[in-house]
Amino acid sequence: MNLISIRFVIFSAVLLVLYYRISQKWQRIVLLAASFCFYLCAGTESLFFILFTILTTYFCARCIGRNQARLNRFLSGHPALTREDKRCRRDKTRRQNRLLLALCLTANFGLLFFCKACLIQPLHQALSDGRLSFLTLALPLGISFFLFQSAGYVIDVYRGTVPAERNPCKYALFVCYFPQLIQGPISRFSPLSEQLFRGHPFDGKEVSFGLQRMLWGYFKKLVVADRIAPAVAALRQSEYTGAAFGALTLFYAIQIYGDFTGGIDIALGLSQALGIRLPENFRRPFFSKSTAEYWRRWHITLGQWMKDDIFFPVSVSAGVRKLSRISRSHWNGFGKRLPVYAASIVTWLATGIWHGLTPNFVLWGMLNCLVIVVSEELTPLYRRFHSRFALKDKPWYGLFEIIRTFLLMNLIRACDLFPHVGDYWSRVCSLFTGFHLRVFWDGTLMGLGLTGLDYLILAGSAALMLAVSLIQEKTGSVRKLLWRWPAPVRRGLLFLLGLAVLLMGHYGIGYQASSFLYNQF
Amino acid sequence: MGKIKFCAQLGFALAILLLLQALLIPKYMESTQEGALIGEYYANAGGNDVIFIGDCEVYENFSPITLWNEYGIPSCIRGSPQQTIWQSYYLLEETLRYETPQVVVFNVLSMKYDTPESTGDPTRREAYNRLTLDSMRPSVFKWKAVQASLTADERAQDAQFSYLFPILRFHDRWSKLMAEDFTYWLKKDQVSHNGYLMQTGIKPMTDAHPAPAPAGYQFGSASWDYLNRMERLCRAHGIKLVLIKAPTLYPVWWKEWDAQIRSYAQEKGLLYLNMTESLDEIGIDWNRDTYDAGLHLNVWGAEKAAFWFGRILATQCSLPDRRDDDALCARWAAKTDIYEQQKQTQLASAS
Repeated sequence: MNLISIRFVIFSAVLLVLYYRISQKWQRIVLLAASFCFYLCAGTESLFFILFTILTTYFCARCIGRNQARLNRFLSGHPALTREDKRCRRDKTRRQNRLLLALCLTANFGLLFFCKACLIQPLHQALSDGRLSFLTLALPLGISFFLFQSAGYVIDVYRGTVPAERNPCKYALFVCYFPQLIQGPISRFSPLSEQLFRGHPFDGKEVSFGLQRMLWGYFKKLVVADRIAPAVAALRQSEYTGAAFGALTLFYAIQIYGDFTGGIDIALGLSQALGIRLPENFRRPFFSKSTAEYWRRWHITLGQWMKDDIFFPVSVSAGVRKLSRISRSHWNGFGKRLPVYAASIVTWLATGIWHGLTPNFVLWGMLNCLVIVVSEELTPLYRRFHSRFALKDKPWYGLFEIIRTFLLMNLIRACDLFPHVGDYWSRVCSLFTGFHLRVFWDGTLMGLGLTGLDYLILAGSAALMLAVSLIQEKTGSVRKLLWRWPAPVRRGLLFLLGLAVLLMGHYGIGYQASSFLYNQF
Repeated sequence: MGKIKFCAQLGFALAILLLLQALLIPKYMESTQEGALIGEYYANAGGNDVIFIGDCEVYENFSPITLWNEYGIPSCIRGSPQQTIWQSYYLLEETLRYETPQVVVFNVLSMKYDTPESTGDPTRREAYNRLTLDSMRPSVFKWKAVQASLTADERAQDAQFSYLFPILRFHDRWSKLMAEDFTYWLKKDQVSHNGYLMQTGIKPMTDAHPAPAPAGYQFGSASWDYLNRMERLCRAHGIKLVLIKAPTLYPVWWKEWDAQIRSYAQEKGLLYLNMTESLDEIGIDWNRDTYDAGLHLNVWGAEKAAFWFGRILATQCSLPDRRDDDALCARWAAKTDIYEQQKQTQLASAS
């Protein structure tokens, strides 16, 4: 079930009514049933994958938890044990748990690898050939997201930061809670489970805020992202280089922002209407002044997951510790930073592979890493520059930093669009060898499948998104601001937003049905 | 008080949406008038002894005015372009909610389509679906007709909801609105005469139309299923079902198809009239009685066909002459006036 389908809107409406009409103790059962129902709509084949992940991670976490509890019982029952004996016992349990964790993660990430390597590539091929087989149709919905979430849970249980959940139904709900199933956010067990497993009384304001956020998500997806999509598809053709490629990076930035944040707004909005707050995944990333800041604002939960479950473990791994010892002995300053850079490279490589098993995604990860590492290395130079020229406090310099980061990230992000790295590089080079601004007025842009009216709507919508982002940056929440306004004015504005979605949205017959870009990851 | 205000605001919002929907949907008043035919039935429902159901071969080839004036048979046509048999069936079911005629006449040409996809280009199929289904009133029959009519592309996009709320389909027409949309925003004129769409033009049939033979001559199982359902429905309501093949030569009504329908009619005890076999008796002159070179009849051809068919209805179906009913007479006299006026207007504008 696509989040932008009428079926999903009806499904959500029925669920909301049912959810608040029944007793609070049954609410989580309704959510679980709704989640399975939602997942079943993607096909019964997909159900196998999510059940596999639920069962393996549930039993693995239970075994790890049981081992740990057995150890604790043993240690508390034998106070006379020597420190050495206790250490031996602990090491034995740790080894067992590590083996369990390794087996569980290998099985699940192996499945993810299988899907990415064997299912997604044939799917692309099959789509271009016009043929589909069972194997390609079995591509599971949102596998990366539910797998990362459940893997994060097992790792947390292994670390002892959360207890293993005993109730399989509760755990299943945590993994397949449907609003976040398709494209995240990736939640940690503690904050989400606490909300999922308790009842929620009807709160008109929360429901209203949730629905408003959904509406805003639909606006971004249907009016902005899907409207600009034909131009992005057209500009990927080989004849568009130089300034046209520059336009592509800008259009793609608008498309993916509208698409991904729109989908997240729909997911978070629906969840909020159900009384469950999911973690924020975006904080106005295009206002970032550096690449590092950008990645603290874009796809926040994936970044946090990568940091907690890859970057930190790699940083303290035996190999990196050894590298640290060697590098410190050879280079003083750089030697201290080298282990961090090594962990960053691994993390960015994993992030790239998470997006896709094609070279362009690996390049994308490495480029991000390179920019962050170079920025880090140039920090002393920046400091000297700013101590001399004192530009930091000037508003125009802040704007310059934002634009610089925006353009740089657009350039790196365009890797997504070219599976062949050579195509990407030739486009990037053309920016320097064939940048002719005339494409903006010689009619090129009008031949991309968009009319003048489309550009007008896009410009207006982008201006509205910018205005909303500026208000959010200043005051935190537009919805809270609106809540203080007289109800008729507030409702009138929301009605206008709804009309904009209804009348200007790209949906229905005659439009290319477009699923969310992040579904593919 | 707060709730009342909220409800008032909600009502206001709904009213705006309904007004917008009325503005955005195609009006079918000046162009593609065929789209208005199904919706016009509701103003003519009740008191009809004969209901015609089928595709363009019924709404272009029979004049209910002639049936009334010559035989006193009140009738109405529920025809629409490329109407499929499943649409015909649900239209019949819907019609029976408004009235129970004595005779239902079904044009069997649509038996050749077994699935929405078999009717040809899916985009055109969607357009034809709209011409039939959009102006049906919301009901369970409409919902069933929609479900049966969806193309694979429509199904993939959940288009069934857009037949109930057409604004979902025509939401982007705001940039293509024409004067017609504003003129007929809140009102509608009758474009047909009890479902008959008048054409006064003449385009003689000069040569044969190319008619490639179908891949197979057997009608599909879905077509038979709906024909059986139609027959059972009529029997259950005491209605005489008459199967016809309207008197036009193109699209070709193959003899293999004719044999299947003839055999079916014989088995079920139904009257089947292949009017293409009686063209001379009807008096069709292909130099004068067609407006599009033999695909459809013009008003003179439709009057001839109605005259011939009325005699059959009166004799073989024992339909009474209702011209002794003053109220009916007055109603049909008014319809006849409008009919004659339109004929003169069309002729005048053509000359």
